Amino acid sequence: MVLRYLYLLRHSGPRVLELFYWPAVQMVLWGFITQFFVTNSSWLAQASGVLLAAVLLWDVLFRSQLGVSLGFFEEMYSRNLGHLFVSPLRPYELICALLAISFMRTLIGVGGAALLAIQFYDFSIFSLGLSLLGFFANLLVMGWAIGLMVAALVLRYGLGAESLAWVAIFALAPVSGIYYPVAVLPTWLQPIAWALPSSHVFEGMRAVLVEQRVLNEHLLAAIGLNLIYIAVGSALFLYAFKVARRHGTLLHIGE
Amino acid sequence: MPAIEVHNLNKQYDSIAAVSDLSFAVPSGSVCGLLGGNGAGKTTTLSLLLGLLTPSSGGIRILGEDMLAHRYRVLGRMNFSSPYVDLPQRLTVAENLSVYAHLYGVHGVRARIAELAEALHITAYLRRAYGTLSAGQRTRVALAKALLNAPEVLLLDEPTASLDPDSADRIRSYLMEYQRESGATILLASHNMPEVERICDDVLMLRQGRLVDRGTPAALLERYGRATLEAVFLDIARYSEGVE
Repeated sequence: MVLRYLYLLRHSGPRVLELFYWPAVQMVLWGFITQFFVTNSSWLAQASGVLLAAVLLWDVLFRSQLGVSLGFFEEMYSRNLGHLFVSPLRPYELICALLAISFMRTLIGVGGAALLAIQFYDFSIFSLGLSLLGFFANLLVMGWAIGLMVAALVLRYGLGAESLAWVAIFALAPVSGIYYPVAVLPTWLQPIAWALPSSHVFEGMRAVLVEQRVLNEHLLAAIGLNLIYIAVGSALFLYAFKVARRHGTLLHIGE
Repeated sequence: MPAIEVHNLNKQYDSIAAVSDLSFAVPSGSVCGLLGGNGAGKTTTLSLLLGLLTPSSGGIRILGEDMLAHRYRVLGRMNFSSPYVDLPQRLTVAENLSVYAHLYGVHGVRARIAELAEALHITAYLRRAYGTLSAGQRTRVALAKALLNAPEVLLLDEPTASLDPDSADRIRSYLMEYQRESGATILLASHNMPEVERICDDVLMLRQGRLVDRGTPAALLERYGRATLEAVFLDIARYSEGVE
């Protein structure tokens, strides 16, 4: 049986990558957090809810991405894609359904956590006011885009790439400025951070909570980037579908 | 007008030809069998007809529509069942059928599901999770799904696989009754020769992705001087081995 699992690893690059992935990401993320708190120990005192808000908003991104990816995987696990794609259902209609179900899952998951934060920590994410709508919508759309990209990869390479659904979003965590400002990152990494809608959202969140300022330029940047992200995510998914039809993988896609 | 027309169809995977220069037409309202050994190209042909697979070259017209250019115009008028494709395991049979009834735009969803459930003897399983059913029960549910939209063209891959002789006979009888009443065209891929002999008006014999013979079951029996289609099938398969 050990040989069986080694064979599986040998044929699946994503599974091998996953072995190294988590320790590396955790090390980088907590390294930056430590570096920030060492030099800004009084910062938390100014805005006690900033970490909780970050955790809740990060979960919007995570849940919305998982909602899309897992919704699609369900069809693969149950070998149902063949039935779906011989029905009049068009691929873009499937995408719309995945986004809708992801929205509902995110609202339920994060909504429950937000209520717990009020109950246990006396922190309400709703104190962000109207800005919360902009933050939520932008993280939701970014999660959708990444979810579609992951679904496209799995459609192309099979369920061996499934673990990407769980790790993809965390690759962006260290450069999204969730728990620390983007300025903490090395200079060469900052342009990458600013290319992510999530960095603009978390920067905007800190401005509202710490400085009581709404930074419209970050909101607009996030919206603009998200238009590109969702277009790329959808295009990749549709392309993967086209390739799957050429290779005949829709009937028997698996590990 | 033929319900299904295939012209010079080819499907190539690298150096392997899964389907080669396949041309045939299936008249409207007929039942046509697709016979061939493992790897003969039956499932590939069905996948090409359904648009699950894009051909390397060639053309397909179903109900007068070009499937490569306008498949969504015709997919709602056809359906498909195969033991190689499943339905969501955790959903009940009724939920699964309801989802597909809505996808096909069926009117009177509950009544249609009840009607098919009774005809295919699955009423008792409607509230059970699909994943808890036996292989035979799943085959009947898959057939119910394939008949939800009263398809004008029905493609079936091994429609009675996993069924005991009694259930298989009931399914065949129901399919023949459905075909008579609706005038639907049925193309079925099967290894079950008595089944093909019983219900097909016409038979296409495939070998290594090519159409090697065609005719009514009676004409094929006469041409090969055999008593059963199974003997004809073996003649064709073993001729192939001898040649190679």
